[in-house]
Order: sequence, then C-alpha cells, then structure tokens
Amino acid sequence: MIWIVSFVVFIMLASALAVLLLPNLIAAVAASSVVSLSLAVLFALMKAPDVAMTEAAIGAGLSSLLLAMALRRLGLWQLDKEQESK
Amino acid sequence: MTMPGIEVVFYTGAIGLIVIGMAGVLMVKNVFRMLLALVLLEAGASLLLILSGFRETGVAPILLSGHAAGQLMNDPVPQALVLTAIVIGVGIQALALALILRIKHRYHSLDMGEIREQMEHDIAVNSGVVSPASAQSPEPGGHHHG
Amino acid sequence: MRNISSLLFSGGLAFLLLVLATQLPFGHTSMLLGNDILQAAPDEVGTGNIVAAVLLAYRGIDTLGELAILFTAAASVGLILGQRSNHSAKRDKTITESHFITSRASDLMMPLLIIVGFYIIFYGHLTPGGGFQGGVILAIAFFLPVLTRPGTTIDHGMITIIEGLAGAGFIMIGLWAMLYGKPFLQPFFDTFLGNGIFGSLWSAGTLPLLYLAVGLKVGAELAGLLVTISEAPAAEVERT
Repeated sequence: MIWIVSFVVFIMLASALAVLLLPNLIAAVAASSVVSLSLAVLFALMKAPDVAMTEAAIGAGLSSLLLAMALRRLGLWQLDKEQESK
Repeated sequence: MTMPGIEVVFYTGAIGLIVIGMAGVLMVKNVFRMLLALVLLEAGASLLLILSGFRETGVAPILLSGHAAGQLMNDPVPQALVLTAIVIGVGIQALALALILRIKHRYHSLDMGEIREQMEHDIAVNSGVVSPASAQSPEPGGHHHG
Repeated sequence: MRNISSLLFSGGLAFLLLVLATQLPFGHTSMLLGNDILQAAPDEVGTGNIVAAVLLAYRGIDTLGELAILFTAAASVGLILGQRSNHSAKRDKTITESHFITSRASDLMMPLLIIVGFYIIFYGHLTPGGGFQGGVILAIAFFLPVLTRPGTTIDHGMITIIEGLAGAGFIMIGLWAMLYGKPFLQPFFDTFLGNGIFGSLWSAGTLPLLYLAVGLKVGAELAGLLVTISEAPAAEVERT
C-alpha cells in the first residue's frame, strides 16, 4: 500500500512541477491532466470512490478538454515551436 | 520508527500540491499558466480535505446490506463537500478561461506585465488623465503629417 | 525581488501547513457528524451510497446553491464571450477536415457513453457515482460530434430547455415534499412511489429523481460551457 501511494504521490508532484516548468503550454495542460488522474487514483486508494469518479471525469477529462480548446482559441496550439505567447 | 508512515506520504502530496500551486500563482507571468497553477492549488486543497475524513481501517461509505455491520467507514461529509467543490471548480475554470480569451482579444498578449501596463493606460485615457494621442508606442511611420 | 518574496511566502505556507498536519489525528478522526449520519442514513433516507444521502438529503440546499453557482458561471461565460459568432467554424482556419477514424470512433462511442452516463445517474443512490459524474459523461457524449466534426454545432436552445426543465424539476420535487409537511428538498417515501426494498432501483423515495434532475442540469450546464468556449472567436494564430 505505502509503496503504491508513494509512487503515485511522486508522479503527481513531478507532473505538478512540470505544469509550471514546461515551456510548451500544450504539454503543461497534459501534465495537469496527469496530476488529476493520479489524484483520482489517490482518492480511490483512500476509499472515496465517489470523489475518485468525479475527479477522473471532471479533472482528467472535461477540464483538460476545456483547457485544450481554449488554447486553440487563443492561437497557442503549437506543437513544434517552443515559444510562449508574447 | 525507521520507516515513515503512510500519513507522511499523503500529507507530503497534499501540502506539496498546495505549495506548488501557490508558488505558481504568485510567480508565473503567463495568465494561462497562472490558471493551471490555480487548478493545482484547488486539487491540493481537496486532497487535504479528504485526508481529514480518512480512517486507517475504514471502508468506503457504501452499504451493501441494510445496516453497517460493525465496520468502520470513512467520513462521508468531507467526501460530499469535495465532490461539490470539484464541480464548482470546473465552472470557475471555464469563467477564468472566458476572461482570458477576452483579454487576449483586447490586448493581444497573455503576459501579466504587458496586460497591466495597457490596462492602466486604457483607464488613464478613459478617465481623461492622459490624452489618447500620447499613446506610449505610436506606430512607426504613421501619422506624421509634417 | 517579487520572486524571492513569493518563495518566502510559499515556504512559510508549507511550514504552517506541516505544523497543522502534525497536530491532526491522522486515521483516527472523531467524526462526530459523520458517525451520526452513518447510523441514521439507512433508515432515514434508505440509500446504499451514504455520500448521495449527504449530498441530497442532509445537505440538499447546499446542492441547490451549488447548481445556482454553476448556472451563474455558465451564464457569465455566455455573457463574456458574447453571441456574435455564428460562423466560427469557418472563421477558425486552424481546424482541418475531420479524419475518418475519429469521426467513425465518435459515432461508435457516443451511444455507449450515453448509456454509461445514464447508468451512473440512475444507480447513483446504490453504487459510487451519481448525478455529477453521470452528468459530466453525458456532456462529453453530446459534445463528442462537435469535437470530431468541426462543422456541426449543438443547438443552444435545446441545452437551455433541458437545463431549465431540470432545474425547475429539482425545485418542484423539493416543493412536493413540502406538500406532505416535510422540510424543503427532503427526499420522502410512502407516497404512490412506494417505499421500495433496500438495494433495488426503486428505493430511497424521491432521491433518485432528485439525482436525475441534478445529472441533467449538470450535463446541460457543462455541455453549454463547452459549446460556448468552442464557438468563441479564435484569436489570430501567430506565425512568426
């Protein structure tokens, strides 16, 4: 149990740092989705299945969809160029 | 106690998320990334709230027969609160995204400093402190009637 | 300078939270309110899922307020982004034609997602899940064609009608309870709905109906949000 929890927490914190540090905004959105997904795993491990389902559906699914769509609307959908908006 | 208990790991995750999110909200220049940091902060807060209702030997608060057969269950109240908070969080996130889209349309930038400068200039112009002609960056080559 | 002070603030926050965390009794919470609810919920509300009982029976007005917040957020997004984008799909040059695989896969996925969403809503009082989770899945299911076929749109009027009916239904069920002398929004038994056996689909009185209203409301709300954001006028793509 503790090893699984440690592993998931490590992945969660690493991708939380990646959200702030990655230069590409699409990659940052993907990293925030990973944070939500590992958070859902933690909720399931903490015996809170309702919250885990909500976090998986909203945090990892709908929220990432919303952010990615807004990114496209902002004109920042650039996969190759590593430039932020200026 | 040679090995840290499981509570150390859980609290590290929750507090780490809160601190990373707070540092991001304070330090990041890009408005969009600031929103992402706010989402992280929210996630950390909900994890901390769920941790407050966790029992080591507890089971999920779902009954299979008519009564709880002497089994310890986790606290359902923080779970219901967090469920509500997550759904509200996505609404607030959409509202912030709409504001960011409008800012991008109006000022053509997502950088905090630039937005603030232009916004202050707009306010000054609208309140009559600065005349509109004295914009700080006139187009080179435009409006030069000698 | 600003970065240093931000780091100092974050570090101080971490220290304060750590001190707080060492004071909390981890794993042995006293749970005064939670224990009472766990004892009383099977008889009073009759749901298998205690979280659903807390959400709709013991904190029903809280859920009503939450739906109001969600409605306000969706309405403000519509207000901020405006309605002046009828041909946004044509205006957005970055979207290319939909690929064969994505369009076929979305056709295949959509009915399955709708079934899963309604299943999660209808069994929300017995198993994990419920109106919020199922509503999100429904919103994504109805938004999937828009995502894979750039030309199509969802009718805004339809979304508004579903949303309004679901919201009115939620309040109507709450008022219905008052007809029988119960507090506002309390789920109740022993009317023509029957009591139901614990663990069957028709149990817990009017609580499944409340959850259905919540699910439809959340689904319509979030689908409306997605459609509004996706129809927003695109900013010019910077190709420098």
